[in-house]
Amino acid sequence: MTRRQDATLQVSRRDFLTLGAGSLLGVVASWRPVTLQSPDSLPGTGPSGRLWDPARAGRSLPPVTAADNDAAIQVIEKQIHCTCGCNLDVYTCRTTDFSCTVSPAMHQRVLTLAQQGRSGQQIIDQFVRENGIAILMAPPKRGFNLAGYFVPSVAIVVAGVALTLVLRRWVRAAQPGAVAAPRGDADATPEELARLRRELERLPS
Amino acid sequence: MTVLGNLALWLALLVGVWGALAGFVGGRPGRPDLAHSARRAVFAMCGALLVAVFALEWALFQHDFNVEYVAAYTSRNLPIFYTWSALYAGQKGSLLFWATVLSVFGSLALVLTPRRHAELLPTVAGVVSLVASFFISVMLFGHANPFQRLRYTPLDGSGLNPQLQNPGMVFHPPMLYLGYISITIPFAFAIAALLSKRLDADWLVAIRKWTLLSWLFLSIGICLGMWWAYVELGWGGYWAWDPVENASLLPWLTMTAFLHSVMVQEKRGMLKKWNLALIIGSWLLSIFGTFITRSGVISSVHSFTQSSVGYFFLAFLLVAAAASFTLYATRLPLLTAETRLESMVSREASFLFNNLLFIGIAFSVLWGTLFPILSELVQGTKVTVGPPFFNQVNVPLGLALLALTGIGPLIAWRRASLPNLRRQFAVPATAGGFTLLVLLVGGMRDFYALLAIALGGFVTATIVQEFARGTRARHRQYGEAYALALARLLARNRRRYGGYIVHTGMVILFVAFAGMAFKTETEATLRPGESVSLRSPYGHTYTLTHLGISQYDALNRQITAATVEVRRNGKPIGFLTPEKRQHVDGLGRPTFQPSTEPAIMSMLREDLYGVLGGTVAGTEQAVFRFTINPLVWWVWYGGMIVAVGGLIVMWPGGSPAARRAQAGYAVRLVGEEGKA
Repeated sequence: MTRRQDATLQVSRRDFLTLGAGSLLGVVASWRPVTLQSPDSLPGTGPSGRLWDPARAGRSLPPVTAADNDAAIQVIEKQIHCTCGCNLDVYTCRTTDFSCTVSPAMHQRVLTLAQQGRSGQQIIDQFVRENGIAILMAPPKRGFNLAGYFVPSVAIVVAGVALTLVLRRWVRAAQPGAVAAPRGDADATPEELARLRRELERLPS
Repeated sequence: MTVLGNLALWLALLVGVWGALAGFVGGRPGRPDLAHSARRAVFAMCGALLVAVFALEWALFQHDFNVEYVAAYTSRNLPIFYTWSALYAGQKGSLLFWATVLSVFGSLALVLTPRRHAELLPTVAGVVSLVASFFISVMLFGHANPFQRLRYTPLDGSGLNPQLQNPGMVFHPPMLYLGYISITIPFAFAIAALLSKRLDADWLVAIRKWTLLSWLFLSIGICLGMWWAYVELGWGGYWAWDPVENASLLPWLTMTAFLHSVMVQEKRGMLKKWNLALIIGSWLLSIFGTFITRSGVISSVHSFTQSSVGYFFLAFLLVAAAASFTLYATRLPLLTAETRLESMVSREASFLFNNLLFIGIAFSVLWGTLFPILSELVQGTKVTVGPPFFNQVNVPLGLALLALTGIGPLIAWRRASLPNLRRQFAVPATAGGFTLLVLLVGGMRDFYALLAIALGGFVTATIVQEFARGTRARHRQYGEAYALALARLLARNRRRYGGYIVHTGMVILFVAFAGMAFKTETEATLRPGESVSLRSPYGHTYTLTHLGISQYDALNRQITAATVEVRRNGKPIGFLTPEKRQHVDGLGRPTFQPSTEPAIMSMLREDLYGVLGGTVAGTEQAVFRFTINPLVWWVWYGGMIVAVGGLIVMWPGGSPAARRAQAGYAVRLVGEEGKA
């Protein structure tokens, strides 16, 4: 391989073939399944690269643990109201609005109480002791709160009974002057049907 | 332009007050001059308010950040689409929007209402002017003037809340507003009918299209709100029983009850008192919704519109309720039924029970929404009333309503005989039972889901049966081909068969709601190349592999997007790219906290829903939440079918004479019978 006056390279056929074969061997030697990400530059964190601007992704989060996905913990957290003002339960808030710092703290409190061996109900009771009953997603079924649960159902049942009684009275009142009973399948008497036909014929087409 | 806007507001108020006075006085006989003046006042008020809207939009598009509203809700780099929608993104602008749309609807009502209802129109103009004047007064005297200027001019505005920067939010609030606002027109006709004592079926004919229009707008607005919550908020659901959601549901429920019970009045001359009460109640509930949305008296996620103007609405609500129901009470003797109920087993009775359930659900939603306040008054403690409460109370009621959706059309008007009932119920009941059996054999055990889908089968069979019988009857009577007979059946009986299409949409919605009982979710922290698996209720296994994170700028935001490969049972089916978005103003300064933008892979049977929670220690290791939501697309399909059905029902057709004749036909028939 020689360099010319004009800075271009003159390559002989032998050099060209040698170079080509060498490149091919190099590619074959380095062949392996394509990885999705090049090896990580951060020791100890696996194949992860640093983000260009981490601040854009919001605050840094701790890795998810098995306890975070524990169905029993989720059941408890779905009964506790997050106090950040979102109107959601702790589980929904912490897995939705990842900028909230209140629900992760409440979640940690639940985990701590669970690790102390407390049952679900004991954890909820502890939250109520610390924050009042407003911490529950639904009021407990006792005292005045029973009205919350039962007034709509009772009102509907009472209204239903009253409606039935009123309808029965109306039906009884209508019976003396009632028109001839309709025949089996039809909703109208023959006279009505005849009048209907006449009326329909009078309508503009 | 703000000077022009302010002048327009003051002019609209003055004209509106005059229109209200002239309308109520001109509604009495002998003052046609005032009646004309009231009509023109509504048009003038509409013109003035449109000028005010133009002035505010001008300020928004000119980035006049000296105007407090413009600085609070827009920024220089806000996309044009959202700069336009900033008109109703905040409290002050939405009040202007409300008043303007009301005046437009009022003008349309005055122009489009046939002359035979002319006697009612001055009072209609008066009510519209009064309500619009109230909204303008709130703007001018309640520290809610959208043209208020700042003492300084910021370099850029604060920008629009990221959650509102979504196409759903451009259409959802105006649709709901249109629904709320248009209820004022039937209400105005009801007040006019009460004042003029013209309480026959005529005023119902005048408001029919308006009630359908309100109902349609509310339905579309609620569905769009559900869609927005689903695609934007990131919690993987579409309905959370938030007080503001409840506030939109309340008038929808009462309007739906009205649309059913009004048929009884039109066909049988019954339920006059009830129908008037429903219209008045619906309008009051629309004002109540506004009060809830804007007062902050009940905590809600919709906090961006809270302020002290809520108390203006409370006062207005109480005064309006007292005045309306006092007037109503004085007219009760004139509202007697023209016919009597002949049987407990009749379409009329089934409509009454249907109304009982609608009003019962509305009451339980209202009760649950207000219970925190009640609890504070009685116990001194404010409790939280969240989804567990509402689901416990309302799910059984909703299912009972679904059952009645199928039962109602099967029962004849006036009186149903036993053979008739047997014939009508045979196919639908068998279909419902068969559906239940198939589900049980298939292994489904969730009680409410089973019931919802089985009832869905029953109601669907009812609807199919109705269409099949109608088509067959036309085929036999006119010799039409089946397809033509079906098309003509629908075209000639839009109200009835359009209503069945609405019922079909509701069935689909209920079945889709039931699907959420089988929601599956998991949280995972994944490094690039790592995967997590999720099992669908249908038995598939989804494998989600985190490929990496990219960061880039777009429009008015800086995006951090994760790319996740999705495989179903080992086969690649696509990618999810959930995002974190940091919105910035025109100077590149962050405007809000970074927000999440879920990625959704929608399929016919289920949605795969991914949320990027954030990253771990500034690396590409990311925290995700993945959810499988069954049947979510069917919620949107159901909503669309409801809207199409509603459009078919209200589509104009037939001559006015024919419509009039239909409206009062049955009543006249029975009346003549009585005389004979």
